[in-house]
Amino acid sequence: MRTDLLSDPVDGLDEALAAVDAFDRVLVAGLLRPQPAQADGLTAITDAVAGTPLAARVAEAAEKTAAGAAGEEHFIALAAARTALMGSVHDALVSRIGDVTGRPHAEATAPAAGGDGPAANVLAAARAWLCDIARAGWQGIDHELVAGAAPVVSAMLPDPLLRRQAALLDGFAAELAASCPGATLERIPVRRWADLWSRALLLTLPGATGAATGAVTSTATGRLLPLGVDVQEHATAVQAQVHAVFEPADGTAPRLVRAAVSAPKPDTVVGAGLWQLLRPRMSLLAAVSEGRSMELDAMPVTDEGDLVWDDERARAGEPADPFATARVILSTAADPVTAPLDRHPVRIAVPVLVEGYAVEREDDGPTVFAVAGHRLAVDTDRVPAAGPLTPETVAASGACVGLLRWDAGAFVLQPLAVETTVRKKTAAVHAGAWAGGTTDKTGVRAEKAATDSVAVLRERAGRLLRK
Amino acid sequence: MTVWETSSVARVVPPARPRKLAKVPFVELADGRLQGVVSSGSDIGRVYVSSIATGTYAFACSTNNNRPCGGARGMFCNHIRTLVAEAVLQYGAERVARYLKAETPGQEPDASALVSVMTATRPAQGDTSAAAPVFSRFLRHLAYLEREPVTTPLPEMQWFPPTRAVA
Repeated sequence: MRTDLLSDPVDGLDEALAAVDAFDRVLVAGLLRPQPAQADGLTAITDAVAGTPLAARVAEAAEKTAAGAAGEEHFIALAAARTALMGSVHDALVSRIGDVTGRPHAEATAPAAGGDGPAANVLAAARAWLCDIARAGWQGIDHELVAGAAPVVSAMLPDPLLRRQAALLDGFAAELAASCPGATLERIPVRRWADLWSRALLLTLPGATGAATGAVTSTATGRLLPLGVDVQEHATAVQAQVHAVFEPADGTAPRLVRAAVSAPKPDTVVGAGLWQLLRPRMSLLAAVSEGRSMELDAMPVTDEGDLVWDDERARAGEPADPFATARVILSTAADPVTAPLDRHPVRIAVPVLVEGYAVEREDDGPTVFAVAGHRLAVDTDRVPAAGPLTPETVAASGACVGLLRWDAGAFVLQPLAVETTVRKKTAAVHAGAWAGGTTDKTGVRAEKAATDSVAVLRERAGRLLRK
Repeated sequence: MTVWETSSVARVVPPARPRKLAKVPFVELADGRLQGVVSSGSDIGRVYVSSIATGTYAFACSTNNNRPCGGARGMFCNHIRTLVAEAVLQYGAERVARYLKAETPGQEPDASALVSVMTATRPAQGDTSAAAPVFSRFLRHLAYLEREPVTTPLPEMQWFPPTRAVA
């Protein structure tokens, strides 16, 4: 791995991000009565996409918006321009990571045209809410405005085809609600909220999710070798994503794939409770805990390399050590290509093996791996609490399987598993070790507490719901 | 802009801390109130909907069938005290104090300090009009358990990494 390339500047990155930042600042004060400074931000994003097919629509949208006369179509055009810029940043970073890992890249396929998609009404309601939010600006949000998202989310949740929109809007609205009133906010997550806003707005367009996830176009038959589990969660949703190397049974080249399982949840279900919600739906989590591979038989897979998991199409295979997989096969496995609409730096999560580093860590401070004279920041905060991997274990490690990510201008490594030496023996500690269950004493206690919480909620739901 | 401001995954809301849910299955800081649902100690079919307003500490407590709580006459009843205690467990005392605008001068806020600061202002008894919306928010919250997991990927969850930091 050429870690030296991670700290080299990427051409054009600063310029693209400067245009994004200029637009993001426009959303802080809102677009109800735009000020001259906001017009400058709108000009910056217009100029940035001037050479693209979006140019005319964005220019018109910026003009209307600067005049305080923006309609839905204008906000959508601006969100599209921002998404295109972030897409270009994503592409530049992925290309750099390709140079770092030296791995082959899967070939991009033309995106399938999205169908009309479901539930036009509820998507229109979501769009209207997002436009009102843009008019108010982050400094103008209040409880009444933010509460407008709740009926939209409630209407989306029963429909599994709208889970992406529901999970995003719910998490976004919860953050806004916790930050009300906007007028008294001491600091504002400017890029994050602009990300969430523009993403949510584009997902309300007909066919957006169909085109974005890369329709299921093929099936996977062969051996699946898990590398580790990445968890994502907000108060009312959780997703676990297993990163793995897939070896096709037909002898073609191995490639990297992911398998995700997600669920809505009450905010009081946390820690081990997350695994309990997800475990029954995906046998792969148990395989990960047991350190096993799985044999897949015609498992549906998207163009983006996402397996759409079905327990009927998988059975437990031989024991497989993620570090062996990382050392032997990972360097030859092809990285999947992200669907065009999904390209954003936050999507970058590239499995890598890092060895031979020195750990720099001052008391509870951030962890840094020094590799061949270069420093790579380690994001231990992303390691799920319900697991045996801790920042201390990472600090004492000698090898790490992790996800290479990029945020706020720098690459970071998210540990999925580390090797440490205990009494002269090498032992691996996995972040997702408890995904399928555990016999660890702390783990068992956490499982018991989570089971009790869910039992109480189910008892209350049984008694009080449907009355 | 600062690093936090240019982070796509800046952590904005700390996750709820784990707590036992038997006494208070639901508590939230929302709509300008600390509000929640407290299970009745004597009747398993009954719950109390309790709330304290931010700033004024106007309090209310009634059953889900809108009968007034006998204890909440002129002062915080035990349901409201329990609600504060569980909110402190879930969100941390500091966040609860900040939300309620209840300062505890000279000492670290904890549940009992918060209750004494608020009761010392002799807060007014609010009306119970909030009970119905709070109860329906609780039911909406419970309905999240009824939703099936899916295995189609949710790429947007990449914006929501976990955090080991607590409230």
